[in-house]
Amino acid sequence: MTSVPVAEPPPQEGLGRRLSTFFFRHPRARLWTLLALPLTWLVVVYFGSLFVLLLSSLWDTDPFTRQVVHKFTLENFQRIIDTPVYRDVAWRTIKMAAFVTIADAVLAFPIAYYMARVASPRTRNLLVIAVLMPLWAGYLVKAYAWRTILSEGGVINWALDPIGLHFDGLSTVGLWLVFTYLWLPYMILPVYAGLERIPDSLLEASADLGGRSLKTFTRVILPLAFPAIVAGSIFTFSLTLGDYIAPGLITSEQFIGTVIYNIRGEALPTAAAFSLVPIVVVTAYLLVARKLRAFESL
Amino acid sequence: MNGRNTRIARWAVFGLLVAALSVVAAGCGGGDDGDAASTEIEGLGSSLDEIKELAKQEGVVNIVQWAGYAQLVKEFAAATGCKVKAKDGASSDDMISLIQTGAYDGVSASGNASVRLMTTGEVAPVNTDFIPNYADVQEGIKTQNYNSLDGQPYGVPHGRGPNYLMFRNDIVPADTDSWNVIWDQDQLDKNKGKISIYDDSIFIADAAVYLKATQPDLGIDNPYELDDDQFNAVVDLLKTQAAAGVNYWPGDVAKQIAEYTNGDSVVGTTWPYQYVQLTAADPPVAVTAIKPKEGTTGWSDTWMIYSKAAHPNCMYLWMDHMISPEAQAAVAEGFGEAPVNLKACELTENQNHCDEYHADDEDWWSDVYYWTTPVADCGDDRGEACKTQEDWEAAWTEIKG
Amino acid sequence: MVESTFARILLRLGALVTLAFIYLPLFIIGLYAFNKNVTQAWPIEKYSTKWFSVAYHDEAVREALKNSLFAALGATAISIVLGTLASLAVARYRFFGREVITFAVILPIALPGIVTGLALQATIIDVLGPLGITFGLTTIIVGHATFCIVVIYNNVIARLRRTAGSLDEASADLGADNWQTFRHVMLPQLRTAMLAGGLLAFALSFDEVIVTIFTAGAQQTLPIWIFATLARPDDQPIVNVVALFVLLVSIVPIYLATQLAGSSGITAERPKQSSVIASIDAEP
Repeated sequence: MTSVPVAEPPPQEGLGRRLSTFFFRHPRARLWTLLALPLTWLVVVYFGSLFVLLLSSLWDTDPFTRQVVHKFTLENFQRIIDTPVYRDVAWRTIKMAAFVTIADAVLAFPIAYYMARVASPRTRNLLVIAVLMPLWAGYLVKAYAWRTILSEGGVINWALDPIGLHFDGLSTVGLWLVFTYLWLPYMILPVYAGLERIPDSLLEASADLGGRSLKTFTRVILPLAFPAIVAGSIFTFSLTLGDYIAPGLITSEQFIGTVIYNIRGEALPTAAAFSLVPIVVVTAYLLVARKLRAFESL
Repeated sequence: MNGRNTRIARWAVFGLLVAALSVVAAGCGGGDDGDAASTEIEGLGSSLDEIKELAKQEGVVNIVQWAGYAQLVKEFAAATGCKVKAKDGASSDDMISLIQTGAYDGVSASGNASVRLMTTGEVAPVNTDFIPNYADVQEGIKTQNYNSLDGQPYGVPHGRGPNYLMFRNDIVPADTDSWNVIWDQDQLDKNKGKISIYDDSIFIADAAVYLKATQPDLGIDNPYELDDDQFNAVVDLLKTQAAAGVNYWPGDVAKQIAEYTNGDSVVGTTWPYQYVQLTAADPPVAVTAIKPKEGTTGWSDTWMIYSKAAHPNCMYLWMDHMISPEAQAAVAEGFGEAPVNLKACELTENQNHCDEYHADDEDWWSDVYYWTTPVADCGDDRGEACKTQEDWEAAWTEIKG
Repeated sequence: MVESTFARILLRLGALVTLAFIYLPLFIIGLYAFNKNVTQAWPIEKYSTKWFSVAYHDEAVREALKNSLFAALGATAISIVLGTLASLAVARYRFFGREVITFAVILPIALPGIVTGLALQATIIDVLGPLGITFGLTTIIVGHATFCIVVIYNNVIARLRRTAGSLDEASADLGADNWQTFRHVMLPQLRTAMLAGGLLAFALSFDEVIVTIFTAGAQQTLPIWIFATLARPDDQPIVNVVALFVLLVSIVPIYLATQLAGSSGITAERPKQSSVIASIDAEP
């Protein structure tokens, strides 16, 4: 598609000019030149790899060595469907992802709103830095720190002890807290960007028309900010859906990520079959998000 | 170029790519069985002197190990020119996965990894002529089924140890001598949610050891050879335990150490390593570790070389290093295990270490069941009735719920 | 301002709560960097600065840091090229499958890392292995670049939305060839968006654990080193020292990013941080 036309070029024109002329005459060629690299990369590297993984879900394994045997079977899918534990784990994970998303949205909204519409430009700059910085602190360091914080002898119980309370931190609730913490910046930033784009004039119009604060909020601001919240939720939801490190640290309950990780070596085909669950869930989520105009929320 | 043609071309290219990928994927990665007896590895020197020479050029060795195993690495690097890069495996399955990436030169394999690795040919037989310290290894541990195939050694024995019952002294009575503290319902109720359990399917054998002693009717002899009835009873016991709330430690020893330190776990199963670390901490954590009266599971580990090792010469020197008296003494005390080279016993800081860890006391090891891979063949008149590794793994996922 | 005083007080309070939630754990991480003890217990009994010198002299840390920087630079460079190309195509053309491209760009970051990682690992072992390609920095870079494309794509496309395509045409009319148009007209418009997106791509790659675990082989990046060290009992406090160091150093690129994103654009609408932000978001 990138070949130069054979037509005789005038000698004084350079290669760049000739290419430009060609591309001007053939916008399609120009388009595919732009797309060739990224598309090839995504298809070969990413979808190719996914294909290799999903292909292995159709293979058998040796019961002793646990090596993949290239014999076609649907047993892996059968196992995922028939064994209740996989369903329980999938459902538990999806619920967790939903609760984390809700918590993040609730925590993110006030600060995002404050940054976008109340704070002075200087404060806003500082806050943006303050929100971005934890992203550099290292996921692992934060997760391990939370382990210590939540433990029996940790900060939380140390603080609660004098007032006679106790929090069982290394639990599902603790994990929910940790996930909420870890992915919070991914929610704050898009919501902030979304709120920032709402023109002041719109809110003033609402006020002029007699809309009370609360009404302006529910009728004007929230609908306009919603796509941004959905955009942020893509991250909070899907990051929770596939994590296996934080669950392993905080609870003894299994989640989709932990199951895939634990069985990947011994039963790669089953792991591959099970990974279809997050693939399907995330794809569906993205489709819904697109419908809700989350992709355009900037 | 019109749009329609482009579209067709696009799909054609995509189809070709998919087809190409599937052909390649199907054709490869089946694992090559190789011929078992040859100790030749590409790039390995043909004499000890040549190995030492070539090792200097390699300069590095990538190993998969149980946490805490690599000892005296600086000394090793100074002596051989091989820098040691160690990756901790969480479980035998984890170690096999790591070896299968092809990125490592060798592994400290327990029995439930070593047998599988030998069968698939992922580890190579070794020429013990190139490993001078091999002569000093206890005879009783050489050429066992977990480190050799048909009498041909596939690596060098590293050491052995039991999986202990460990508890915090402030919670569990000092005279505890039975595994019942982690299995009986009324005991479980006392320490709900604070029971520390190793997160791997091989832990099923620990339940089998307990049932072997407490329910003789089941007729469990070898905890790795379980038929349907025995297996179901064992799995039920594990599910009872899981329901009481347990903390799994998936091979990351620091997690368990932190739990015992902070009181999140008070009783459970452990390696001697964590016990050594906890009692040596500042301030020390008051814990006790014992081999309970029912016996226990354990391991006898082997350093093995990957059959396509990128640094085979350094790996050979590493195997020799790990069974040298000095390294053996360091591991034995650092990890808390019995050395296989008894010359190490004179070098340990604690002069009684070898006695305390029963290095030369075969009677003590008679009720320590070394990890091995469960196979269908029960090894007795039950024939092919036993649960396999595949069944154990599937059950483990269900037990955890 | 249309918000009532009461609403503004509430907002300020909510913002403070969230900030406290974000920073208290980071503060504790900082404290543990000075913990004399190896195991993290609370309250910290003895403080010490000894881990700083241990970390400074730790060869593995340095090598891991070097690998991480190298991998992040590589992944960022690749994703800047791929992301910019894709965004130019999508922003300036209507074509069949346009929506699919947006989807394909987002998917690698939206799908769980373990799926991406496992898929890449299976491919490296089964497909690339026989071709003689093994795990290493290259495979890490390829893996990271794949999910970093999206942040460049989003930043650049957001910028392209706000700039007029007519400028490119004007440039062509004035006799500039494709390269000249790109170099002198488009690049100045897109440069800051690319850089802001690039910084986030760098951060994403620098902190990536899961995909790295599956593509690194025996190579150690900083997160891999941290993971290994945290699982070992001997030197956990070094991790906190390193984390503190990275956190403090990160202020520089973040500050630059906020400044960069605010100072450009041919269409001078809302010169704010939104392109840094945009990168996290998704749009076709």
